[in-house]
Amino acid sequence: MMEWLGQFNYYVFAILMTAGVYIAMSRGNLVKKVVGLNIFQASVFLLYISSGKIWGGTAPILGDGLTQPISNPLPHVLILTAIVVGIATTSIGLALIVRIKEAYGTVEEDEIAEAEALYEEELMRAEEA
Amino acid sequence: MSVGEWEALINVVLLGLLLVVTFGIIRLRNLFGVVMLAGIYSLLMAMVFTLLDAVDVAFTEAAVGAGVSTILSLGTLALIDSRREKIPFRFQFTPMLVALVTGAVLLWGMQDMPDVGAAGTPTQVHVAPYYIERTPVEIDVPNIVTAVLASYRGFDTLGEVTVIFTAGIGVMMLLSSMPVIGARRRRRRNGDDQGNDT
Amino acid sequence: MIEHLVPRILAKLLIPFILLFGLYVQFHGDFGPGGGFQAGVIFAAGIILYALIYGLDRARRVVTPGLVSFLVAFGLLIYAGVGVATLLLGAEFLNYSALDSHDPVHGQHLGILIIEFGVGVTVAAVMITIFYQFAGRLQVTRELESDEADDEDEEEMTGSPQ
Repeated sequence: MMEWLGQFNYYVFAILMTAGVYIAMSRGNLVKKVVGLNIFQASVFLLYISSGKIWGGTAPILGDGLTQPISNPLPHVLILTAIVVGIATTSIGLALIVRIKEAYGTVEEDEIAEAEALYEEELMRAEEA
Repeated sequence: MSVGEWEALINVVLLGLLLVVTFGIIRLRNLFGVVMLAGIYSLLMAMVFTLLDAVDVAFTEAAVGAGVSTILSLGTLALIDSRREKIPFRFQFTPMLVALVTGAVLLWGMQDMPDVGAAGTPTQVHVAPYYIERTPVEIDVPNIVTAVLASYRGFDTLGEVTVIFTAGIGVMMLLSSMPVIGARRRRRRNGDDQGNDT
Repeated sequence: MIEHLVPRILAKLLIPFILLFGLYVQFHGDFGPGGGFQAGVIFAAGIILYALIYGLDRARRVVTPGLVSFLVAFGLLIYAGVGVATLLLGAEFLNYSALDSHDPVHGQHLGILIIEFGVGVTVAAVMITIFYQFAGRLQVTRELESDEADDEDEEEMTGSPQ
């Protein structure tokens, strides 16, 4: 059974990353874009953590009478900090969305571009006048 | 079945659920539902991490991804007052192409990776044994992740805390000023009015 | 503020335990899973729950924004301060072994405990700050919108139709 499962985690990582890229690129709604970026980010976490695992191993916490192999603690450290940086960037992104909504009255990308084009046009007209 | 085989089996089930939730996020247009599914995604991810022996990471993902992140997203939804995503007017060809190429390249690159969970892979034999052997001698705390995080890579973590600090300041700067509702929108309407006058 | 009885009572019961668990995760991080990052988020979650149930104004009276913004910087300062202290004691930046002149391993214990505390304080304070900012924004925007609606109503009442 173990054979065909060999690289299953890595395949899931690839699919999740593809999904994340697709959501972030194709959707005009900024909130959904942020969710897509989060999916993208979490897929990388999965890759790192999977590479550190040993089947039948145990968490890297030392104790008496430990006989199992210990999974690699280094990816855990890297990803632990990456998650917290992830929430920091997400919160900044959400704050920016709030400001965009206040300024343009919408969070849809094409409507923002429309409003911006109208604004530019108006500036041109004001300069001519 | 041995413990390792059971772990591999549960792993496959959880990852399958993760894929289902991701598909749901792609399909769903209701933003409230999307945010809730993102929370479930984080929680499933935390379960996978627990299974993969990353207990500290699972802890953080459950608290941050499923907790704080969901609350902030819901707060944003309340602020932007939009419930549904607008339906795109045409099929998005370019993003699909870019995403598929990305996925294909990743899958191609995965060919050379050793199997998940195998002992004696390059990941396991280079740096990790050093930390596992030296931590009881040099730091003497049972949790190796804490030892590496706080002591061996303390400088790294200092930078990390600075990033959090900066994010806090950034959100304060973005959101603490008095809101000017519809700065650009208002101007557009006025512009139209003037246009009618002349 | 939520008027329903069940969430109010439940929150009152749960919040002390959430905060206590946060402290446990903070100071037990050397021995089990946990540490400053997780503890900070859990502690902040307790405060956020209070704000969600009892209203932002009451939460702001308990944990004042001034205190929170002080703690944002204070935690980072503790962390960097430990680094400077080890420098002054003649070791490298953040080499905790210098903190105890007799036993370097004990110095490591002390250093990890202090910097984890700094991490926890900053993370908790930043999470609370971000939540306060979002929730406060919502409050202000709602007030502005209701004012605007009132103004428009008045305009409609007074303005002569053409």
